[in-house]
Amino acid sequence: MLKNHELKSDTPVIYFDNAATSFPKPRSVIDGVVDYITNVGGNPGRSGHRLAVEAGQIVFNARQMVADLAGVANPMHVIFCANATEAINLAILGSYKPGDHVITSSMEHNSTIRPLKHLEIEQKISLSIARCSTQGLLDPEKIKLLIKPETRMVVLNHASNVTGTVQPLRDIGFFCRQRSITFIVDAAQSFGIIPLNMKADGIDLLAFSGHKGLYGPTGTGGLVLADDFYAARLRPLKFGGTGSASDKTEQPAFLPDRFESGTQNVAGLSGLSAGIAHVIAQPDGIEGIYRHKKELTACFLRRATNEIEGFTGCVPSAMIETGVVSFNLEGLDPSHVVQQLDERWSIMSRAGLHCAPLAHATIGTFPRGAIRFSFGIFNTSNEVDTAIEALKTIRGEAP
Amino acid sequence: MAKESIVLFHSHNYAIWADSALKKESVDHKMMPIPRQLSSDCGYCIRIKSDDAELVEKILHVKNIEYDRIEAAL
Repeated sequence: MLKNHELKSDTPVIYFDNAATSFPKPRSVIDGVVDYITNVGGNPGRSGHRLAVEAGQIVFNARQMVADLAGVANPMHVIFCANATEAINLAILGSYKPGDHVITSSMEHNSTIRPLKHLEIEQKISLSIARCSTQGLLDPEKIKLLIKPETRMVVLNHASNVTGTVQPLRDIGFFCRQRSITFIVDAAQSFGIIPLNMKADGIDLLAFSGHKGLYGPTGTGGLVLADDFYAARLRPLKFGGTGSASDKTEQPAFLPDRFESGTQNVAGLSGLSAGIAHVIAQPDGIEGIYRHKKELTACFLRRATNEIEGFTGCVPSAMIETGVVSFNLEGLDPSHVVQQLDERWSIMSRAGLHCAPLAHATIGTFPRGAIRFSFGIFNTSNEVDTAIEALKTIRGEAP
Repeated sequence: MAKESIVLFHSHNYAIWADSALKKESVDHKMMPIPRQLSSDCGYCIRIKSDDAELVEKILHVKNIEYDRIEAAL
């Protein structure tokens, strides 16, 4: 039998994988989930009894909080999905028309690239991928150069899950609005992390994750439609019971029911509301969390660059906005480093391509990938210090 | 007993939204299952005092909360 390194199960876990899913969750999030399952339990909108009403109130509360965070006035424009990937699929597959030309960027996650590639392979759309800089930034002019008369959709991420850099949404949003091009934004890595406003940024459809920057449970996320986005422009991908218009056999046309067939993840959404409340209640709210992550990022990159031989950060510290730091140690396989960090120091990080092969190709780390640390609200500078010492040791042991 | 009315919505989601808005405005109301003779929907409606009907309509209108109709309770 293969012998594992001695697992340091008694060492407190240092969790640097918040871009995958944030952990730990605030106590209030756990309480929110437990409270619904223990004390409420009803199915929202399916029955008239008070526990069903209470479940409906839990879902509405989460809807209102997400709407406020996204800058939309109508909470019914928040469609809950299982995750950001499902939301992006709904946005893309639900709104394209055969013959459309779609523009995306070379920094996208596979959650965007794969549905678009699927449509391209099926010859439903034509696709242009705007090349970003080696630091992952998109020059809005590149989008403008790719525009064709049949361009109907631009799909971009707000922040990259590989580089932590942020795209200039507002310029592109304004440009799309002028041309009636649907602007779809993948905010999986930015919602609750970088302030955004759908109206000011010109976003038509915004996909978000509930379990990353908002500290909700996994299984939460959704799509937000701009206040002026006409629901009929989007086709549902699933059909079924909504608890409304039950005498009709056709899917209802109104929001959010048009897109929310089947029982909602009420336990998850109960936790999500608590997660959003926790984020907002931090000192200086999202801005405060932003500064905290900036400090950890700067501290880590400064020390690593100065003290660890053969350390290469993928992107300069000043450009990283979301606490996501990808790097490599010369001559060492990222997977080996990540395994060592886990087994010997209980540091959780992620190696590889991070479901974003095009992004790694853009910054020059394909196919090798990189090691990624992604900081969250509970991380401390002491944890960063521990990681620096661990990386020094691993580097020192390299042949 | 004061006369009562029932506010019907296209969807329970709007009923819950209205419930939240009426609570904020301290309008006396109650969520209840939709009487079968009024609609075949599975969800809930809101029972209000008939005297408050105009006020409720105004609140729903200002907040952009769509509703189906307001009917006298049977």
